[in-house]
Amino acid sequence: MSDTQSHISIDDVARIARLARLALTEAEQEAMVGQLNDILESMSVLRTLDVSDVEPTAHVAPIPTPLRPDVVRESLSSSEALQEAPQKADTSFVVPKIVG
Amino acid sequence: MIRGYEPVIGLEVHCQLSTQSKLFCGCSTEFGVPPNHSTCPVCLALPGVLPVLNEQVLRYAIRVGAALGCRIRTTSRFARKNYFYPDLPKGYQISQFDEPILEGGEVVIDLDGQTKSIPLTRIHIEEDAGKSIHLGDRNESHVDYNRTGIPLIEIVSEPALASSNEVVAYLKEIRNIVRYLNICDGHMEQGSFRCDANVSVRPVGQTELGTRAELKNLNSFNFVKRAVDYEIERQIDVIESGEAVVQETRLWDERANRSRSMRGKEEAHDYRYFPDPDLLPIQVSDALIQSEKESLPELPRARRERYVGVLELTQYDADVLTGDKSLSDFFEAVCREGASPKLAANWVQGELLGRLNADGKSIEQTPVAAEDLAIVLARIHAGRISGKQAKKVFQSVYDGMDVHAALDVVGEQLTDSSAVVTIINQILDSHPGEVSTYLSGKTKVLGFFVGQVMGATQGKANPAMVNEHLREQLEERRST
Amino acid sequence: MDIFSDIATIREDLLSGRVTVTERIGAVFEHVDRVEPRLHSFLSMNREGALEAADAIDQSIRAGRDPGVLAGVPVAVKDNLATRGLRTTAASKMLEGYVPVYDSHVVEQLRDSGALIVGKTNMDEFAMGSSTENSAFGVTGNPWDAQRVPGGSSGGTAAAVGSGQACIGLGSDTGGSIRQPAALCGIVGLKPTWGRVSRYGLIAFASSLDQVGPMTRTVRDCAQLLQVIAGYDSRDSTCVDLPVPDYLEALDGDIKGLRIGVPAEYFGDGIDPEVDAAVRTALQQLVDAGAHLESISLAHTPYCLSAYYLIAPAEASSNLARYDGVRYGLRVDDEDVNAMITKTRAAGFGPEVKRRIMLGTYALSAGYYDAFYGTAQRVRTLVRQDIVDTLKTVDVIATPTSPVPACNHGERTSDPLAMYLMDICTISANLAGVPALSQLCGFTRSGLPIGLQFLGRPFDEEQLLRVAHAYESRTDWHQRRPAEVAGDKP
Repeated sequence: MSDTQSHISIDDVARIARLARLALTEAEQEAMVGQLNDILESMSVLRTLDVSDVEPTAHVAPIPTPLRPDVVRESLSSSEALQEAPQKADTSFVVPKIVG
Repeated sequence: MIRGYEPVIGLEVHCQLSTQSKLFCGCSTEFGVPPNHSTCPVCLALPGVLPVLNEQVLRYAIRVGAALGCRIRTTSRFARKNYFYPDLPKGYQISQFDEPILEGGEVVIDLDGQTKSIPLTRIHIEEDAGKSIHLGDRNESHVDYNRTGIPLIEIVSEPALASSNEVVAYLKEIRNIVRYLNICDGHMEQGSFRCDANVSVRPVGQTELGTRAELKNLNSFNFVKRAVDYEIERQIDVIESGEAVVQETRLWDERANRSRSMRGKEEAHDYRYFPDPDLLPIQVSDALIQSEKESLPELPRARRERYVGVLELTQYDADVLTGDKSLSDFFEAVCREGASPKLAANWVQGELLGRLNADGKSIEQTPVAAEDLAIVLARIHAGRISGKQAKKVFQSVYDGMDVHAALDVVGEQLTDSSAVVTIINQILDSHPGEVSTYLSGKTKVLGFFVGQVMGATQGKANPAMVNEHLREQLEERRST
Repeated sequence: MDIFSDIATIREDLLSGRVTVTERIGAVFEHVDRVEPRLHSFLSMNREGALEAADAIDQSIRAGRDPGVLAGVPVAVKDNLATRGLRTTAASKMLEGYVPVYDSHVVEQLRDSGALIVGKTNMDEFAMGSSTENSAFGVTGNPWDAQRVPGGSSGGTAAAVGSGQACIGLGSDTGGSIRQPAALCGIVGLKPTWGRVSRYGLIAFASSLDQVGPMTRTVRDCAQLLQVIAGYDSRDSTCVDLPVPDYLEALDGDIKGLRIGVPAEYFGDGIDPEVDAAVRTALQQLVDAGAHLESISLAHTPYCLSAYYLIAPAEASSNLARYDGVRYGLRVDDEDVNAMITKTRAAGFGPEVKRRIMLGTYALSAGYYDAFYGTAQRVRTLVRQDIVDTLKTVDVIATPTSPVPACNHGERTSDPLAMYLMDICTISANLAGVPALSQLCGFTRSGLPIGLQFLGRPFDEEQLLRVAHAYESRTDWHQRRPAEVAGDKP
């Protein structure tokens, strides 16, 4: 683990893992702290650039969003829709109970 | 003001737009389809799929913006709202964040004779999620993606509502407006019109807003009113007991008549909004805005004002009739067929709504066509049938009879004066005692004669005419 | 029959009857089986489908019908492109058995053109990586030295095409994932302008950077394949509705007066000396053919890597949120759905994918958006401006494709940052959305391929193909065959 500036703490890692729905073991979380800090440190070069009056680029294509006419297209059959379902009941997807 | 506190309420209303196909794919939006029969790779979020915007949604959004006086952005963006839930297949909802299509605007409500403008913050486009059904006994949930991707607009008001009554008036007005605009059918029970309420209180005179709680699961106007009232009281209780109101989401439990905190069951959401890279900026042309502005239908407020000002209906009648676009359209159809507005207003609200409500039917399901009602009303207006006869005809038509057949059964009102006078004299001749009673000053007995005449004419005589002629004939006998 | 035949030869053979489609595809599968144990280019094979299609084409030709423009051409398809009925895994345990019910747009185009899908190729998991070592299903070998990496993330396609297991291939490129493996495996790889080729059916990594593109042994074949896959598709809102030019016509060799910009920032420090030398020699050959070199500066080059490694993971963290075990793919069961989702994702994603999801989630999270993602998007504007402005004064920009030739397996896997540095020459084209092409321009002393890269103006793939063709026609690098596999030709 490098001794560079600390951007992310182990608590941050736990919080982000929850947000991202990733169950990380303690060992993985520890490793992640170091790796993420190294990566973020390598990006500190960005702080030397003043971009305050630069517009962000969200898209590099020169056109507005195309529109589609409001016409019904054929849907998948329910068996195709559920073809890859890990668990199904009749034509519904089944998941373990949703709490909260 | 309640117990020295001022309630401050903001509402988020979601309206499902009544397009044929979904927001980002061509699946049908038809209601009541078996689970997962209206899905495709796009709305199922299979690996590799991409969204394509439905042009009708854009048109509907601009229409509502024009109707509510919003600023329409010529360039707006879609953003991803990221969170995990089984009924949200992409793990994000495509919505709008920094650059919504509509900003500002207002909804004007009338309450207790006062008019109040409720300012809006914004209106934006987003997609609906699917449905999960919880099977408690089997510890599992079933997920249906038919409704995933249905287009919604979210109407966000400023925290400018001050009571549960204002809330209900506001909701009713919005619901009415979107139905008039033909962009949403406004069915709260079916889920095409939903609202969440942000409620806070503050001591009267304080300008700073109190902490707000968000109320969800408000499935009818009644629920909304009860939930908001409950929440206001609850928050006041909390404050008065020395505690602080917690910012949280609360679900309304109708059966228990209280709300429950969702705190602890859901961590604070960090939605990590960013512009959706799969959808380029939405450009709205001035031509499109103009075309929607020009084709706006008459809105409820304008219609109410016309009913009172031009058709000379009472405010009450105007409010009732315009409260539902279909009802108002029906009323206007009856008038178009030539009926007098006042008569039409009475009959639509009275006889028609009376029967419909008793049968649990809506105006869209009326068995009496507008033209038919107009025919009946025309007969009344011409004096050819009495009100009582008309009611009989109406009931028969409601129950399925053809209007002309029903009119024939009832026959024409007797308007031939001489015939009526003849019958009157026959009755007066056979009741000399009652004639004397009347002439001695006990005029109440007139009612008896009227009844006799009506009986003799099988109710077909025009009551006003009978009254008039009876008095005349009785007076003539005074001199003999 | 030469296993390394190009498209034109294959077509001549089948039209003349010299080698039927069925014969050729049979020979290809035999070659694949011989080479696979050493290279492991493929994750799944399409034997039945290809043989059926081959038979149909042969019948069609016998009946006198014109077969498609790529009839009988064996193609390797990267396993992040949806293929109906054929397993598509993105080299992840998350999608280990997943079979799509639809075809991606480019695969539809391939099928319509008569190309035969040999199989789905190995890659870095969800396209995250530069060596194909992040695959959940084993590593792939470089055809020139099986102990070395083929590059990534389209390493499987590069190895398949480079070793003759396919004539042409499709890859995807987000930060260099077509060009870099093309360079390391000695073939041609083109990343089209963002919006030139439909992404419908491409398993998304970073949507604003991803593109699908051709990987071939010659520039002509590259032009031909691009012709088939480029063009408007209404199912991709970011696919631009611009006419597709005739790319083959661009191969006219006319580069007199062509202005080639040489950015100082892409040479010198950080570039292997042999790579540097080979690229400069190649550029000199282009000067001999009439082109002009101009020194240019792409001032924001030092910021590219950082901007990319904020934007790409951020978008990826969102694009990969759909892998939750609910509708398809891996599911690790548990008591409640939250636990199920969390455990499924932990089990289904490899370490690099997890790392990038974490990084991306962090870069987008409340309070950090402006400092990270927001800043990176602004840097992106500057990088794009540099390139687009430069391309007003020069016609193409030339750089090495990869700073180093292929390293050994395992050499860079312990340090993510070392691996990220493999992308320093290729990333800018993705950030700017411009087209870029890599071609073989020489070998190291130890016989490893070296790649030369050209960047061009948006939607001007023709210019790239023209200059690449001009270089290729004056050299014979592209005629060399990897010793390890060349000896196996039938």
